[in-house]
Amino acid sequence: MNSTFTLGLIGGAIILAVLFEMLRRQRLREKYAVIWVVVVGFTILLVVFPGILTWAANLLGVQVPANLLFFGASMLLLVLTIQLSYEIGRLEERTRTLAEEVALLRLHQEAQPPVVRPPRNEAPDDF
Amino acid sequence: MTIRVPPMPGRPHQRILVVIPAWNESGVIADTIAEVRLAQPHVDILVVDDGSGDGTAEVAIAAGALVARLPFNLGVGGAMRTGYRYAMRAGYDVVVQIDADGQHDPRYLTDLVAGLDDSDVVVGARFAGQGDYRARGPRRWAMWLLARVLTRLAGVRLTDVTSGFRAANRRAVAVFADHYPAEYLGDTVESLVIALRVGCRVTQIPVEMRPRTIGQASQSPLRATLYLARAVVALGLALVRRWPAATETLGQEKS
Repeated sequence: MNSTFTLGLIGGAIILAVLFEMLRRQRLREKYAVIWVVVVGFTILLVVFPGILTWAANLLGVQVPANLLFFGASMLLLVLTIQLSYEIGRLEERTRTLAEEVALLRLHQEAQPPVVRPPRNEAPDDF
Repeated sequence: MTIRVPPMPGRPHQRILVVIPAWNESGVIADTIAEVRLAQPHVDILVVDDGSGDGTAEVAIAAGALVARLPFNLGVGGAMRTGYRYAMRAGYDVVVQIDADGQHDPRYLTDLVAGLDDSDVVVGARFAGQGDYRARGPRRWAMWLLARVLTRLAGVRLTDVTSGFRAANRRAVAVFADHYPAEYLGDTVESLVIALRVGCRVTQIPVEMRPRTIGQASQSPLRATLYLARAVVALGLALVRRWPAATETLGQEKS
């Protein structure tokens, strides 16, 4: 076996291990992990059966199979990055809404008269 | 122009809220609040402190205004949506936006509110006869383009759509409490487009604006060109945007 095979397998295994560990420590949510596990699985598939890549390149008329791989990989990364931008935008909108609500809640709270608590030993003891 | 004092003739029951978005304006905010109080004693004043680090909120409270403090800086759009939400929940009839830096003369407030008799949003416009504001080069082209498109959309002449001096009635307040963009030019141009697209009527009245107490709009050619480009993008997006989708988090207020 050549070095591409070894590198591909080792790389895939490391990524899978990292994903698993992040999931275990709850640093990564399943919905984001799924897509990366699929990507790694596909990579390993191509490493084990390089014929798939050659076959696909012939089918699409790409002369150098590696070019098809580069194209596919860059498109995939582009799409995933756009997806992350979308998620960030959504989070920003939610953060903005929360910030506005916090401002209004503080205003509301400061407008209330301070709560007068009864002294401790006079407090009702039925709770 | 005559200066009328409270209660406004013919509309004694209107509750008016003046919203002042403020970001690090501790040097001028007290004067602005005092001036609004003096010119319009019957209105309530809400200062939205947009994450200031210079004690703007404390100064504004000492000056007698209500103060909503945003935990971090959101820009004018975020500050104004906070103000519109407050006004809607507290049941105000009219919201008037005034800049903290003192360039808007609160005595025009009477005219702005009077303009709401036959429209939903009234913009205080600099170019419409009063004052002598001048812009040149790309900034001027940008303003011309924005004014042309908005005039077309509104069906009435609008000359200064980037003005931050405006009044809104209940109908427009309800729209702005939901949809008030925080992005560049969103608080001025896009908010007007939104109002027009939901069927609000937008008009303008001429106002004279004073030079800013501190700070000055950038006039370098490069920045003016950048402004033109951003204005074109913002306007184009505003015209085609499906904006209700952006406020999924506000669903509970629809009921």
